[in-house]
Amino acid sequence: MVLLLVGGAILRASVTDLYLRYVKEGLRPFLIVAGLLLVAAAVTTLWYELRPRKVVPASGGAVPDGFVEAAEHADEHDGHGHSHDPKVAWLLVLPVFALLLVAPPALGSYAAGRSGTAIQEVSEFPPLPAGDPVRISVIDYATRAVYDDGKSLGDRKIKLSGFVLIGEDGAPYLARMVLSCCAADARPIKIGLAGAVPAGLAADSWLEVTGTYTDRTVKDVVNDGVIPYLDVTESHPIPAPHNQYEE
Amino acid sequence: MSTTDTSVETPPPPPADGAPSRGWRPGSVEVLAAVLVLVVLFQVPISRAMSAPALQTWMTVFIAVVTQAMPFLVFGVVLSAVIAVFVPPSFFAKVLPSKPVLAVPVASAGGVVLPGCECASVPVAGALIRRGVTPAAALAFLLAAPALNPIVLTATAVAFPNNPEMVVARFLASLVVATVMGWLWLRLGRTDWMRPPARPSFEGEGRAAAFWGSVRHDTIHAGGYLVIGAMAAATLKAVVPAGWLQAVADNPVLSVIGLALLAVLLSICSEADAFVAASLSQFSLTSRLVFLVVGPMVDLKLFAMQAGTFGRSFAVRFAPATFGVAILVSVVVGVILF
Repeated sequence: MVLLLVGGAILRASVTDLYLRYVKEGLRPFLIVAGLLLVAAAVTTLWYELRPRKVVPASGGAVPDGFVEAAEHADEHDGHGHSHDPKVAWLLVLPVFALLLVAPPALGSYAAGRSGTAIQEVSEFPPLPAGDPVRISVIDYATRAVYDDGKSLGDRKIKLSGFVLIGEDGAPYLARMVLSCCAADARPIKIGLAGAVPAGLAADSWLEVTGTYTDRTVKDVVNDGVIPYLDVTESHPIPAPHNQYEE
Repeated sequence: MSTTDTSVETPPPPPADGAPSRGWRPGSVEVLAAVLVLVVLFQVPISRAMSAPALQTWMTVFIAVVTQAMPFLVFGVVLSAVIAVFVPPSFFAKVLPSKPVLAVPVASAGGVVLPGCECASVPVAGALIRRGVTPAAALAFLLAAPALNPIVLTATAVAFPNNPEMVVARFLASLVVATVMGWLWLRLGRTDWMRPPARPSFEGEGRAAAFWGSVRHDTIHAGGYLVIGAMAAATLKAVVPAGWLQAVADNPVLSVIGLALLAVLLSICSEADAFVAASLSQFSLTSRLVFLVVGPMVDLKLFAMQAGTFGRSFAVRFAPATFGVAILVSVVVGVILF
């Protein structure tokens, strides 16, 4: 029963876009296969249970020394063919309920405010793609601004999108969470907003900003990481994107 | 940890078909149906109660850990069922040296071929022991597989573009720790510490039935403990301020111990931990190596899963010993290489 629920929940999350709030896009095929296997395991268990059974004498089989005596206790939960799930199995119901009924949102400003900005040093900077303004990712902008001193950014017009994070000082930042695997390892990338910043920005609202590089930076209070600024010329609210994380 | 302790030992099951005279008792299906009805009825108040940002972050991380681990868990479980049902014990006798002392390093190196994270290796190690592999060699495999496989090493190389020696250091340190732990178990381990991987006997039921029975059994057990570990990791991520880390990073000894403990508490998948280690840039390379070696071998989720698979008296000895050996070996490797 539990397996059917878990398998079903994983399938449901992976055929919709729900899974994108928690894990990377690349995991989707694995999730679907895993969900199908779980459902198959549940269905076959049901099938074997509904079938008339012959009585089987328990035999030790191939167990190494020292395991034989303990193997007698091994016949714990389901040795009699009924589906008596062990108690710990019921814990699996928790993530299923959380996923299907609550479906918490992707990590936003609360998580971002608690961790330091996480740009990594890069030494090679390919030229910016074409376009005016050119749309790049928040992490790309932050890396170029900090480790390339904005050289590859020049005075090009840059377009970024992210959610609003209100700093401890009350100043608005544009942030995006970066995933390498799942939301448990999500790290924020933060960018300070200078110039024409609209007033009254609400935390977690999504924003598209256009602007140019400025050499102004600030230290993240959490980890002393460098937060670059963008000199904003234009900005407008947008709906949250399909995938709220960056890679 | 107290949640782990209380639920690790599966209470002795009621005699399965005894005492029908006790009358009707709700079975799993009935309980589940009742809970479902209640939750659906109260969905709106429940959702509202869950809308505090800290709680939402907690739930997001909790679901993320479970969702991320589930495919690897399922594949590990399927692989272990294949080993348990379709691979004859004689195969392992042929592949592994008959001397346990030699089998341990061979099994550690064999960890390279299992491209999964640590969730997959626990059921596989259980299946190996059931198939007659020396427990010491199976344990060495259990420790080595999550850290040594090509996916994890590639991820490490990507996460540390400026420190390629990190990959070498991680490989060496993990291999040495796994082998040392296998030998330690050979020398000091007692079989009565280890409850054998408890499972029903599927013999005489046909291979398909045995296969699916094994999958079901392992998923339910390992999965339940995975949930406990995920809850602990989510609590750490959502509640403990990251600013505390900064204070620890400035002291070389504290930073090693601090990151070792962080690896245990965070319980991140071994395929992702390199990226987290890279983002802990205020820490020394050696302490980050400790993080990368300890994490795939000892963490809350693994501890809970090991306790569920091999028994609690095994886990309370094995995990701390591994923790100590892993720190020691990583510091030595770090001092030599960095």
